[in-house]
Amino acid sequence: MTGLSIRNVHKSYGNVPVLKGINIDVAEGEFLILVGSSGCGKSTLLNMIAGLETITQGEIAIGGRVVNDLPPKSRDIAMVFQSYALYPSMTVRENISFGLEIRKVAPEERKRIVEAVAESLQISHLLDRKPRQLSGGQRQRVAMGRALARDPTLFLFDEPLSNLDAQLRIEMRSEIKMMHKRTGKTVCYVTHDQVEAMTLGDRIAVMKDGVVQQLGRPQEIYDAPANMYVAGFIGAPPMNFIPGTLEGEGSGLVMSIDTGAERRRLALPFRPADVKARPGQKVVLGLRPERITAAGASTSDPLKVRVDMTEPTGPDTLIYATLNGKRTLCRVQPFAAPKAGEAIALDFDLSRALLFDPESGARLDGGLAG
Amino acid sequence: MRPDKLVARIAIYAVLGFFALIFLAPLYVVLVTSLKTLPELRVGTMLALPQGLNFDAWGKAWSSACTGAACNGLQPFFMNSVYIVIPSVIISSMIGSINGYALAQWRFPGSEIIFTGLLFGFFIPFQAILLPAAQFLGMLKLANTIPGLIIIQTVYGIAFCTMLFRNYYVAMPLELVKAARVDGAGFFRIFWRIFLPISLPIFTVCVIWQFTHIWNDFLFGVVFSGPESRPITVGLNNLVNTSEGVKEYNVDTAAALITALPTLIVYIIGGRYFIRGLTAGAVKG
Repeated sequence: MTGLSIRNVHKSYGNVPVLKGINIDVAEGEFLILVGSSGCGKSTLLNMIAGLETITQGEIAIGGRVVNDLPPKSRDIAMVFQSYALYPSMTVRENISFGLEIRKVAPEERKRIVEAVAESLQISHLLDRKPRQLSGGQRQRVAMGRALARDPTLFLFDEPLSNLDAQLRIEMRSEIKMMHKRTGKTVCYVTHDQVEAMTLGDRIAVMKDGVVQQLGRPQEIYDAPANMYVAGFIGAPPMNFIPGTLEGEGSGLVMSIDTGAERRRLALPFRPADVKARPGQKVVLGLRPERITAAGASTSDPLKVRVDMTEPTGPDTLIYATLNGKRTLCRVQPFAAPKAGEAIALDFDLSRALLFDPESGARLDGGLAG
Repeated sequence: MRPDKLVARIAIYAVLGFFALIFLAPLYVVLVTSLKTLPELRVGTMLALPQGLNFDAWGKAWSSACTGAACNGLQPFFMNSVYIVIPSVIISSMIGSINGYALAQWRFPGSEIIFTGLLFGFFIPFQAILLPAAQFLGMLKLANTIPGLIIIQTVYGIAFCTMLFRNYYVAMPLELVKAARVDGAGFFRIFWRIFLPISLPIFTVCVIWQFTHIWNDFLFGVVFSGPESRPITVGLNNLVNTSEGVKEYNVDTAAALITALPTLIVYIIGGRYFIRGLTAGAVKG
């Protein structure tokens, strides 16, 4: 049985298309992330799953049952919102039991469920407080408690951590992950935060302009993004995009890199037959910052660059350099970090490099070589 | 405090005190006049204090002063106003709050147009709707009756009440309704259980506003009422304009104070909430 199935779903407001044919199948118990920048349609899709927005075209099934024409309460879902949406005049207890009360759960049973849920979220001592007497993190827990009390087939989360400060966000993130482990229920989780997407999801759907750009496991999306948008969106700091011209050399391909300190041709790890571009064509080389590190004794062919700026982050120091006129980030060990204005020899690990079309953003390399 | 600051402070209080006195002077005159006897009025000046607390004029204004041919004082008019104001205020506030809730939290196609239309509704001058309203009441066979006046006051108040509540509810996140819908609640249950309990401040504003307006209304009252349904403003007007020989200023002022008293009391009780609720709606709306 599938937990959630979205088949060719469209949404338009008047003549404006917002979702243009979404197809996602989520296995039962799977944690799916919908991620994308604002306006990509991810929240609209979530609201359509919840039944808060109508479906213009296509079909949505929850637990194998098509829910297109069912109201939210009949879809067996629970939802957690960004603003928590706690009912301001009700106590925490009333907030959690409101849905149970509407579904005519007996009072003793309601009491039992509320207390069990409160226990599991460590909010038992807050049950008689009003939402305004709670901190952000506590409100978030209550909102989760309200969803848990429902005990649905499918949990929906709409940017639930966006209103929390950084520290609390990390704490609640692991809490949500643990809750998922414990309940084993299907989850559909909307976020614009790629770190949340990576850390929480079993699979991630990266959306842009109402289209799923890529659907896959987090590592898959990180290592083999389908296009430049996904490559730039997932990963912090983002992937470097170095513009250049593809050149042939012997049986291989190379690209000229101007670092400001020297100009060199770097051998690319792609077989010309696999690459959907010819020598002489303009391309973009995608390389993650952690693939550009300080050259060591084992570096066969270090490249010297001039450092524009440095950013110590603790475990690493980020180095800003300009390659082929484009700002590029490199990740070096703090002890190896130079000062701004100095030069440093860098090790370019091109084994994971990607090639993109500068116009369409499409991948030009035929997947990872070697 | 430094001397120059002290001087400035004294000057400020002096100016404020002076203007407070000017604003309070009419109230003072009306109050002392209502407590004087007619001979006292003839000899003393306007500002002089009364010789004692004499409520005869109040008693006469309430129960025996003549308002045209009848001499029953303001009492029947007062009760008419009560019968008009209470249902009008309750109904227009309730409809206004449901309207405002629907317009702010359940955006439907055309909801903004309806809201703009309602805004237009309270810019229409009273005079412009007098004739159609009279025809309408005639059709309902409610002309010159208290229920007729209740309908007119309620309908006229709905636009303003709707705007007040809409601007209050528009500040609440739309996710509240979404969450409640996922929980299984419908339109009216969400209103009743979630929005109504947080509406006390804006209800206070609406009730005070509507109460004051309807209680003080003269135009609708004089046009749409019959001999048995005249509100107190019309009664006061008739009382002041009816005189046999001597003008009884003490009775007139007592009647004016009786007329103004209910709105004063409402302000004293709810004034604090009034300011608070008004700014809440204004800033966030």
